[in-house]
Amino acid sequence: MKNRLSGKTLSVSRRLMDSQGFTSLMVVLLGFLVGTILVALVGRNPLNLYKAILQALTGYNVDNGRMNVRYIGETLNYSVPFILCGFSLAFAARTGLFNIGGEGQYIMGMTVAQVIALLGPQVPFLHAALAIVCATLIGALWGGVVGLLKARYEVSEVVSTIMLNYIALYLSRIICLQLPGATTFRTANFPTTAVIDNSFLQRLTNNSLLNSGFFLMIIAVVLYWFIMEKTSLGFGLRATGFNKEAARNSGIPVVKSIALSMAFAGAFAGLAGGIVALGSFKYGRVISGMDNYGFNGIAVALVGNNTAIGTMLAGFLFGMLKNAQALMQGKQIPKEITFIIQGLIVVFISLRSALDLYRQWNDKKRLQKEVLAK
Amino acid sequence: MNLFFNAIPSILMIVSPILIVAIGGMICERSGVVNIALEGLMGLGACATASAHVLMETAGMGAPSIWLALLIGSLVGMLFSVIHAFASINLKANQTISGTGINLLADGVTIFAAQVLFSADRTRGFRMGMQTDALGIYPTVYIAIGVVILSWFVLYRLPFGMHLRACGEHPSAADSVGINVKGIRYFGVLTSGFLAGLAGGCIVLTQTIQYTSNTINGRGFIALAAVSFGRWRPAGVAAAALLFGVAQALYLFTGGIPALKALPSEVFNIMPYLITLIALVVFSGKNYAPLASGQPYEKGAS
Repeated sequence: MKNRLSGKTLSVSRRLMDSQGFTSLMVVLLGFLVGTILVALVGRNPLNLYKAILQALTGYNVDNGRMNVRYIGETLNYSVPFILCGFSLAFAARTGLFNIGGEGQYIMGMTVAQVIALLGPQVPFLHAALAIVCATLIGALWGGVVGLLKARYEVSEVVSTIMLNYIALYLSRIICLQLPGATTFRTANFPTTAVIDNSFLQRLTNNSLLNSGFFLMIIAVVLYWFIMEKTSLGFGLRATGFNKEAARNSGIPVVKSIALSMAFAGAFAGLAGGIVALGSFKYGRVISGMDNYGFNGIAVALVGNNTAIGTMLAGFLFGMLKNAQALMQGKQIPKEITFIIQGLIVVFISLRSALDLYRQWNDKKRLQKEVLAK
Repeated sequence: MNLFFNAIPSILMIVSPILIVAIGGMICERSGVVNIALEGLMGLGACATASAHVLMETAGMGAPSIWLALLIGSLVGMLFSVIHAFASINLKANQTISGTGINLLADGVTIFAAQVLFSADRTRGFRMGMQTDALGIYPTVYIAIGVVILSWFVLYRLPFGMHLRACGEHPSAADSVGINVKGIRYFGVLTSGFLAGLAGGCIVLTQTIQYTSNTINGRGFIALAAVSFGRWRPAGVAAAALLFGVAQALYLFTGGIPALKALPSEVFNIMPYLITLIALVVFSGKNYAPLASGQPYEKGAS
């Protein structure tokens, strides 16, 4: 009786441990736990951290009891680039590639969107659509090159994407400095035909910056899910990720898979860049630093286990943290604590393999016990 | 020509930290662990050095403050590299993910520390940085040269160096003759952490007067490029770092060269990355990387 009971509890905890969603949740909670301890250690009140987070999440301000839905809108708006850049990593990861280049693909998307916004034909709808499409395409190109180099010349995608990130950063500055009305940090305002404002979403969220990019993100989520899970293309990509040689032997074009996978990955990040440029800024930014959406996209995909829903949820988490930053500053909590929490989450995820080691050790011990019992 | 000779001290100042951190990255990869956290570790070292120097200078400590601060920065870099070592050596984690985690963490930790210590998003400026010698050359240049020679000596002239290289090429063979693979890989990662911290400190003490979130600005990734461009050998890495440094320093002197003046300064920033990318394609096929680099070692497997 006792044995059966312990066997049952073992299987429940075992099933929980095997579930990727559960591990993600634990990793996130652990990140917040350490972050909270750190805040307390430096003599600030951790409660303020959570007050800011609650306000970013629900719009409810605990201190004065007021509600403002604008905060929800901002959180959703911040989530869009995180989610799309998350897909950028996730798509590549499914094919066994590590795309650190989300940042560069994002920057190129942003740059091209800005160029079209300022120089393109000022026709309603068409103008913005053209800018978005071109942003997505340049992202695909920026990622696809990496895939080609990897597939044809066996150039490590980790090194080449890092190089392309910086090439994108400086190239963007060279290009944007040539745009109309460019100073060292911004260009002229975009014509209204190029921005992707959405009056419906704005009314709904008390004039937040939430824009049509939100719908594009939703479409991207569905598209990602559909390509990955429902098409033969997705199957080929995943097969390549599982075992390259086996995939090659069963007739899957591995070179094409790798190049395509990186192109799709880049397209998501490029789209993110276009949406941020046309939706949140409405003028061309002549950037000299990185927005870090691409790098955080790595964390987003890792937390979301590269699945469509998981990545989306993780992206909301990161968007919420970003929105909470300004609120934290007002409550004497250094906003950098959110970066620390995000970094910790990734470090803890890299320790996930420790769980496998524990599992193996556990299995061995159980096997030993069974053998001894006989 | 005169212009070029006048530029040498500045070029060396820019090259030195890149060289120091690249040698660290090289040693780490030769032992079998890839360390893309160099960028973050440099930032942590730079922030610790700047903070320590500001505080000690204010407390009235004289010249020794600089050297003590540099040591503190190096040790902080080493301390954080323990995370990477533990994850990739003991827990057999994905080394790229663990490195990315440390890079993200460094972004937060450094500025958070500045907020707590100085109530600003940067450390307070110090009054006195490192001083140049009679030739106009910073001590960091001699440190860098020393690091290169020492790394060559250890890797190719000591039995320990052969053991270290064996761990990166064929860990199971190394293990079978009684070499402690885990111990040696720890040495590799911790050395790269120490040198990254040192390099970060060198940047702060020579090129600025405080640590900001822009201080490192991709130099850790340049170093990573220098390691593969230099084909994982001390002389090659040194040459690559020198080339990248010269490319970056060029824009400082474009004023005197009309042909270069017309170009935007960003063109020179792009150079190291573009050169590396092209080199990776040209040298493809012949793989110079340590065979087992990036792969966790498991006793008994294969």
